[in-house]
Amino acid sequence: MTENHTALYEQHKKAGASFTDFGGWQMPLKYSSELAEHHAVRRSAGLFDLSHMGEVWVTGPDAAAFLDYALAGKLSAIAVGKAKYSLICQEDGGIIDDLITYRRPSSEEGSEKFLVVPNAGNAPVVAAALAERARSGKAGGFDVVVEDASAETSLIAVQGPNAEEILLTLVPAEAHALVTGLKYYAAVEVGITVNGTAQDLLLARTGYTGEDGFEIYIPNEDAAGLWDALLETGAIRGLIPAGLAARDSLRLEAGMPLYGNELSREGNAYAAGLGPVVSLAKESDFVGKAALTEIKSAGAGTTTRRKLVGLKGLGRRAARGHYPVLKDGAVIGEVTSGQPSPTLGYPVALAYVDVEHAALGTVLDIDLRGKTEPFEVVALPFYKRDK
Amino acid sequence: MAQIAPELKYSAEHEWIAADGAGPATIGVSAVAADALGDIVYVDLPEVGAAVTAGETCGEVESTKSVSDLYSPVTGEVVEVNDVVVTEPAVINSDPYGAGWLFKVAVTQEGPLMSAEEYAAANGGEL
Repeated sequence: MTENHTALYEQHKKAGASFTDFGGWQMPLKYSSELAEHHAVRRSAGLFDLSHMGEVWVTGPDAAAFLDYALAGKLSAIAVGKAKYSLICQEDGGIIDDLITYRRPSSEEGSEKFLVVPNAGNAPVVAAALAERARSGKAGGFDVVVEDASAETSLIAVQGPNAEEILLTLVPAEAHALVTGLKYYAAVEVGITVNGTAQDLLLARTGYTGEDGFEIYIPNEDAAGLWDALLETGAIRGLIPAGLAARDSLRLEAGMPLYGNELSREGNAYAAGLGPVVSLAKESDFVGKAALTEIKSAGAGTTTRRKLVGLKGLGRRAARGHYPVLKDGAVIGEVTSGQPSPTLGYPVALAYVDVEHAALGTVLDIDLRGKTEPFEVVALPFYKRDK
Repeated sequence: MAQIAPELKYSAEHEWIAADGAGPATIGVSAVAADALGDIVYVDLPEVGAAVTAGETCGEVESTKSVSDLYSPVTGEVVEVNDVVVTEPAVINSDPYGAGWLFKVAVTQEGPLMSAEEYAAANGGEL
């Protein structure tokens, strides 16, 4: 696999990051201590380079109708300026990726504009699938242009209770209301001062940490300037750079699935607990609709036999991905993600378990390298911030 | 870069050992290993009185990111364990060669060990 570097690679090296391969990208795993980075996001703020994520623009008169066909959600229902979490599925309901889609204002009369954000390693696959579905989805094809801008676009996230305060220091006073009034899962073009000049950048109130926070889309050539500016203004407000290790522990506490761990082409939305993301009610056909309709009527988890649950460790030792889950000594499931929760102080895990053992309160065993520890099925998310 | 204490000997599995030949040997994990593991949150040590064998697992060290077996670099009997690291495992990260020691062994035989220079050459630490 090729080794891609983001536009912020030198920034990470300077900050002493240790790197890891993620989806073909060399990404910062941690800068100093992943626990300190985790706690900073929960208590003050963390700065993340997410430039490995993809950015695929879908524009044209048919853009909304096309995304209704290509994705599992009803994207035509989102208002301009809002965003929606969705899935791109195979015909058999298998998940190709999970996505966030933003509806943007279009400058052209009669045209619609969306930004689709896939996961790092999946960006080329998603862009190709969208282009293919645009051609073959209806007779003559959809009137849309699919443009993969991933290579030119960086993505920087500021996450944590101090995120808004930090961001406002880089936004001209007259635009503060745009930021403070921005709702969760909404986005706006706002002037952000980078290298001394205010640039209009796409600012989204989204994240993958369970905290308040923002994600900022920025051309590669300006990314380092914004990164440095955020670090400088954020330092006295408790902001530190945070790597993928903290990102993973934060999202796990927040009960958010990770593609490749909880989501895959072999699984489906219902088994993964993402049923509400699928809009079977939308009138138009979409890729995977027939299969997902059957899966839903059979009952969540019945076609895969297993469904995704949250597990709380009753002992001290943590479960890890692929560890077997047992009931009375028999294997009834497998852990997809697990580690000690830094915020909660006990081990947490996500696992697919047989539906008959998935009820809240059920105590199951996990085989931790030959010794078992008890875990209890609990409601997700493990951690929810006070609003 | 991770520090390597020059006065200690090291195993290929990243344990260090301090032995003066007279009393029991003190054993811990190197800063290279502690850094690679990440923040350590749990440690499982052998019990006092347990027999350990050079090159065989005798416990485990768990971080937020991963878990790793602990190998004894020597053969002998465990005579003391460090309760501090059991209750506060982060000490292994902050002071791997000092307060973060793991256990002491009355050694009957040493396993294959490296000098600090050899260990640094093989693992990229800083002497």
